[in-house]
Amino acid sequence: MKFHRHHIISMKDFTRDEIDYILDRAGKLESLAKSGRSDILSGKILALLFYEPSTRTRMSFETAMLRLGGNVLNLGSKDTSSVIKGETLADTIRVISTYSDAIVLRHTSEGAAQMAMEFSSVPVINGGDGAGHHPTQTLLDLYTIKRESRLEHPDIAIVGDLKYGRTVHSLTYALSLYGANITFVSPQQLKMPDQIIDDLKTRGAHVNETENFDKVLNNIDVLYMTRIQKERFPDPTEYKKVANAYKITNKQLVNVRPNMIIMHPLPRINEIDSSVDNTDHARYFQQSFYGVPIRMALLTIVMGADI
Amino acid sequence: MNNHHELRVRPIVNGTVIDHILAGQAINVLRILGITGVSDAVVSMVMNVPSITLGHKDIVKIENRELEEKEVDKISLISPSASINIIRDFDVVDKYHVEMPSIVEGMVKCTNPNCISNTNEPVTSKFVVRTDPIRLRCLYCEHVISEKIAEYLL
Repeated sequence: MKFHRHHIISMKDFTRDEIDYILDRAGKLESLAKSGRSDILSGKILALLFYEPSTRTRMSFETAMLRLGGNVLNLGSKDTSSVIKGETLADTIRVISTYSDAIVLRHTSEGAAQMAMEFSSVPVINGGDGAGHHPTQTLLDLYTIKRESRLEHPDIAIVGDLKYGRTVHSLTYALSLYGANITFVSPQQLKMPDQIIDDLKTRGAHVNETENFDKVLNNIDVLYMTRIQKERFPDPTEYKKVANAYKITNKQLVNVRPNMIIMHPLPRINEIDSSVDNTDHARYFQQSFYGVPIRMALLTIVMGADI
Repeated sequence: MNNHHELRVRPIVNGTVIDHILAGQAINVLRILGITGVSDAVVSMVMNVPSITLGHKDIVKIENRELEEKEVDKISLISPSASINIIRDFDVVDKYHVEMPSIVEGMVKCTNPNCISNTNEPVTSKFVVRTDPIRLRCLYCEHVISEKIAEYLL
């Protein structure tokens, strides 16, 4: 198939065929992502506009662009740009799109990337908009599951903050396209919004909910951990109780499926104990690396480059 | 021969009769039309009158005014059952049911305070409209408004 998508805003814009196309292209670029440099995007410039802190997303986009032979423009700190003078995002996008061949935007407001798309003359890639979407994270999660486990009908548990976590909403939608059997594991106050559960069921997804972490651990192919944020809890003792209940150590891995993998979008705080890092199940650092081939694939697609 | 119902809602010479408004929504219809206590518009309003199709309904009559498309679209969001009658020289020259548009622009404020449409950016709010029941999904942040829509009308 030929992929013509100009902007990357939300996972909901993608068909299953389009996702497969991106994952296949990432597979072809994976060895280049590890080392070396090509001239696939030689002469092209990628602008990075990050209005919120980021380590992995920003640096993996930079790495992806450099591996493809292109160059990167960085907005830098908000304090040293026109943002501090009160310039609107719309104006910044209008200007930066005349300097570059594509823009990656991370912003604090939901819908920022959708709006940026309306003002940009070059492709916009959503690098996270508030509590909204983060499609490149979802794509690298899918790629990790494909490479390290199985993407067709996997048994997957998603654990932690399912209410506010922006990555898990997009991920569950995408997993439903692959017939995943999804179990949501969270405390009551952070459970997946009913609207999303209903939406998933309408799409024919197999969805379960539980508060009991240990109950699901031994019957899954993929354990997707997320961070529970302290600021969501008005009472610090309640936070501690919840944080401890949704933590995994190597002792809990005795009876899990031998090929079960553990993922995490990072940064982790203490929800995955460091004792898990050296087990055969840990994949979160590998997952972080897969952000590079996925973003390479997306950059070549939106800039219309063949590989 | 006049009966009590006809006395309640006297015919008008020229203007618009908005009929079959969901009971309780007439005041919101007036708000949509910018009719406040200080305007000089001649307006009649009846609330909670019996209706064969709705059980109870409200009716609003505005003299010497015909509605704009945007006003009708807004009315459709809070009362999909409403019908519009254009009156000229005592005659009903046009009668139609309101129709909900599939997308509404610049009519509703997003309820998500962190939505880009609620900032100083030069964007107009946009919602995709779904019916049965009415749900407005923000095109920017995807938040859904499904109740008390009248409170968020711009």
